[in-house]
Amino acid sequence: MAGCKPKSEPAGSGKKIKVSIDPLTRVEGHLKAEVEVKGGVVVDARVFGGMYRGFEQILKGRDPRDAAQITQRICGVCPTAHAQASVLALDDAFGVKLTDNGRIARNLILGANFLQSHILHFYHLAALDYVNGPDVAPFVPRYEKNDIRLDKATNAVGVNQYLEALEMRKICHEMVALLGGKMPHVQGVVVGGATEIPTAKILNEYAVRFKKVKKFVEEKYLPLVYLLAGPYGDLLKCGGGHKNLISYGVFPIDSKGNTLLKSGVYTDGKFSKLDSDQIKEYVKYSFFDSGTGLHPSVGETNPNPYKKGAYSFIKAPRYNGKPHEAGPLSRVWITNPELSKTGQDTLGVKTIREIGDAAFSVLGRHVARAEETLVVANAVEQWLTEAKPGKETLVSTPIPKSAEGLGLSEAPRGALLHYVNIKNSVIENYQITSATIWNTGPMDDMGQRGAIEEALIGIPVPDPKNPVNVGRLIRSFDP
Amino acid sequence: MKDEQELHETQQEKPGVSRRDFLKTLTGTAAGIGISQVFNPAVIAAMKEGLKNHPVLWIQGQGCTGCSVSLLNSVEPTIAKVLLDVISLQFHPTIMASEGETALENMYRIAKEYKGKFSLVVEGAIPMAADGKYCIVGEIDHKEITMLDLTKELGEMAGSVLAVGTCAAYGGIPAAKGNVTGATGVMGVFKKYGIKTPTVNIPGCPIHPDWVIGSIVHLLTKGVPELDADGRPVLFFGENIHENCPHLDELDEGIMSASLSDPKGCRMDLGCAGPDTNADCFQRKWNSGLNWCVDNAICIGCVEPGFPDASSPFYEAK
Repeated sequence: MAGCKPKSEPAGSGKKIKVSIDPLTRVEGHLKAEVEVKGGVVVDARVFGGMYRGFEQILKGRDPRDAAQITQRICGVCPTAHAQASVLALDDAFGVKLTDNGRIARNLILGANFLQSHILHFYHLAALDYVNGPDVAPFVPRYEKNDIRLDKATNAVGVNQYLEALEMRKICHEMVALLGGKMPHVQGVVVGGATEIPTAKILNEYAVRFKKVKKFVEEKYLPLVYLLAGPYGDLLKCGGGHKNLISYGVFPIDSKGNTLLKSGVYTDGKFSKLDSDQIKEYVKYSFFDSGTGLHPSVGETNPNPYKKGAYSFIKAPRYNGKPHEAGPLSRVWITNPELSKTGQDTLGVKTIREIGDAAFSVLGRHVARAEETLVVANAVEQWLTEAKPGKETLVSTPIPKSAEGLGLSEAPRGALLHYVNIKNSVIENYQITSATIWNTGPMDDMGQRGAIEEALIGIPVPDPKNPVNVGRLIRSFDP
Repeated sequence: MKDEQELHETQQEKPGVSRRDFLKTLTGTAAGIGISQVFNPAVIAAMKEGLKNHPVLWIQGQGCTGCSVSLLNSVEPTIAKVLLDVISLQFHPTIMASEGETALENMYRIAKEYKGKFSLVVEGAIPMAADGKYCIVGEIDHKEITMLDLTKELGEMAGSVLAVGTCAAYGGIPAAKGNVTGATGVMGVFKKYGIKTPTVNIPGCPIHPDWVIGSIVHLLTKGVPELDADGRPVLFFGENIHENCPHLDELDEGIMSASLSDPKGCRMDLGCAGPDTNADCFQRKWNSGLNWCVDNAICIGCVEPGFPDASSPFYEAK
C-alpha cells in the first residue's frame, strides 16, 4: 500500500528518506506534509498549505458590517470564531459599548461551538488514528499497518462513542442555532452585539441540550482521551516542537476585557503579557509577493503561485520574531485551570503545568483540548444563569467614516486576529491571522520552521510505508 | 440528462432509509409539501429496493468544509445511517480514514470500476486562474493534482454530479468581486471543457442537510429531479422566501423591524434578501427545525447564483 513513496532505502539504514502525505486528510482545508526520515525518526519537515481563496482581497471596498458574514466562510468548523473576532474588530472601529446580554449571548453562541468543534475534532478527525472504524468506506482503506493498539472491546467503545459524538456535535449546533439563527454560519453575531434576544424558552431549550453534552464530555470524552495514554503512552513523549505558546484570550467575562481563557505568551520557558504589536507575518517561503515582516495593520496580500522558493499559501506569523504554537494547549497552559477529576485521578496532579514536558506532545494536546472542553462547559453553565431573558443584546451604531479596529479572540484551534481599516465608510484593508496560520505556517525569513514543522522533528516513523505518527502529530494541533 | 432507467441501474440491494425517514426528509418537519405532489408510489417502491453501497466520491475545492459539517446535522436519516447504510462514501477528505496516495489510489480505483455510475459530489469552488494552482488537492508520483484537474477527470467519469453548496454551484464567496483566483462552480468548468455529465446544483452557504440527502435519494431512485433555470431542484428551491415568510402579514400591516434584534416585523428595511431568494428555509428551518435566518436576523440570499455580491451590502434595504 502506498500513502507515501520512499525515495530510497528503508529507515534505519542511516540514509534520509523523503515521505510525503498529500492530501493530509481529516483536517479542515488542504494540507500536505513532507518529512525526511533518518534512523526511524523525522529529521526535517515541511507543511504545505495548498489553497488560496483571497478573503482579504474580496473584503476590500465592502460595507464593514458584511465582514462578520463573509469571514465566517473561512472555516465551516469554526465560523463562530471568525464572527467573534470580526465583530470585536468592528466593535472597536465603530466604538461600540456592548450590553452585558449581548456579550453573554455571543459567549453562549461561541461556547456551544467550542464544544462542537472539540468533540468533532477528537472523534471525527483524530480518533481514527487510534481506533479502527467499521470495515466499510469511509473507514477503509487504511494504512496496511496502522498501529491501532486497542483490544477489541475498547475499540468497540471507541466506535460507539464516534457515533454518539456525531449526535452530540449536532446538539451543540442546535444550541448555536437557538441564538445564532443557523449553524454553520450564524446570522446572529453582528457588530454591536447579537440579534437574538434570549427568552426564557430559548435558554431552557439551550440548557436541556447542554446538559446532555456536558454529561458526554465528563463521562465519555475525557475518560477516553486519558484511556489512550495507556496503549499510546509513547505519544506523550514526542512532538514537543518549539514549546512556545500564544493565546489572545477568549470569552469576555466582563466589560473590561478580561477573558475566561486568558491571553498571554510563553516563550523559551517564560510567561509574558501579550503585546499585539509584536505579531508580524513573514512570507519568504509563502506564495506572496507582499512585503515581509509586516504587522497585520499594514499587512499586504498579493498572491503569486509561481513564486520561486515558496511552498505554501500560508504566511509565517511570528511573535517577537519567534514561532509560537496556538490552540488548546496554549490556552490551558497559560490559563492553568484545575484539571477535571478524571484528569487529576489519572495524572496525579492538579494542573497541566505540573506534567511539564509531557503536555508538549501528541497526546498532551488532546488532553489539553479535552480539559478545555470541560472548562468551557462549566462557563456555559454559568452564562446560562447570567443571561437575562428579554434584555437587549444589540446596540445600534452607525458605520464610521474612518476608523481602525482590532479583534483578538480564539478559535477552537487557536489564536485569531482580525484587523479592519475603514475609509469612506467602506473596508480599505482587512487582515486575518488565523490559528491555522500559527500552526501550519511555513519557515520564516530567518529559517525557523513553523510550529507543526518543528513538532514533527523527532516523531518516530519506523516504517516509512505507514507513516502513521506524522498524521497523528499534525492532527493533534487540529489544523 | 440520463434517463431514469439508466440511473436506476446504479442501485443495488436493500433499503437503508425507512420510508418514514425519507418522506420527512423531503417534506421537512413542517410537512408543508405533500408527498403525492413530489413522488409517486413507484418511487417509494424503488427506494425500498435500496441504495446500499452506491459509490460516492466527495471532493473539496476552495471551500470552508461548512457544507460537510452541515450535512452531519442531518436529522432523519441521521448521518450515521447515511454513512453506514445508504451510500458508500469512498472518498471524503474530512472524514475518511485514509490519507495520501492510499486515499487517492482508492478514489481512482472506484472511479474506474464504477465509471458512469458513481456520484461525484463537489464542495467548494474551482479556481481556473494560474493553471488551477490556487487549489492543490493531492499528489501522485510527486506530481501535484489541482482541483481543476480532478473536477474535469472525475466529472467526465461520473454518472451524476452534485454541486454541493453555493461555491460548487456558482462560485460563491471565492468568486466574489475582488478575487484573483478565477473561482467558478462545477457548471463553469463543465461548460468550458464540454463535459455533459448530469449535474444538480444544491446551493446554500452552507447547504441544508435535507437538500443534499433528498437530492441524492431522488437522483438514485428516480433520476435527476426537476431543476429550475439555475440548475437547482424545484423541490427545495421552488418557492420564494419572502412570499412565504411568516412576517409577510406584518408587512401588509406596515409593521417593519426596527433593528436586527427586533423579533417583530418585516425585515426588508434591514436588508433582508428574502424577496430575491428561493428556498424552503421558511418551512424547513435549520438545525433540527429550531430556527432560521429571517427569524434571527435577515436572509442574505446565500442560495442565489449572485451570492454574495448580489445581496452585499447585506444590511442595506435592497
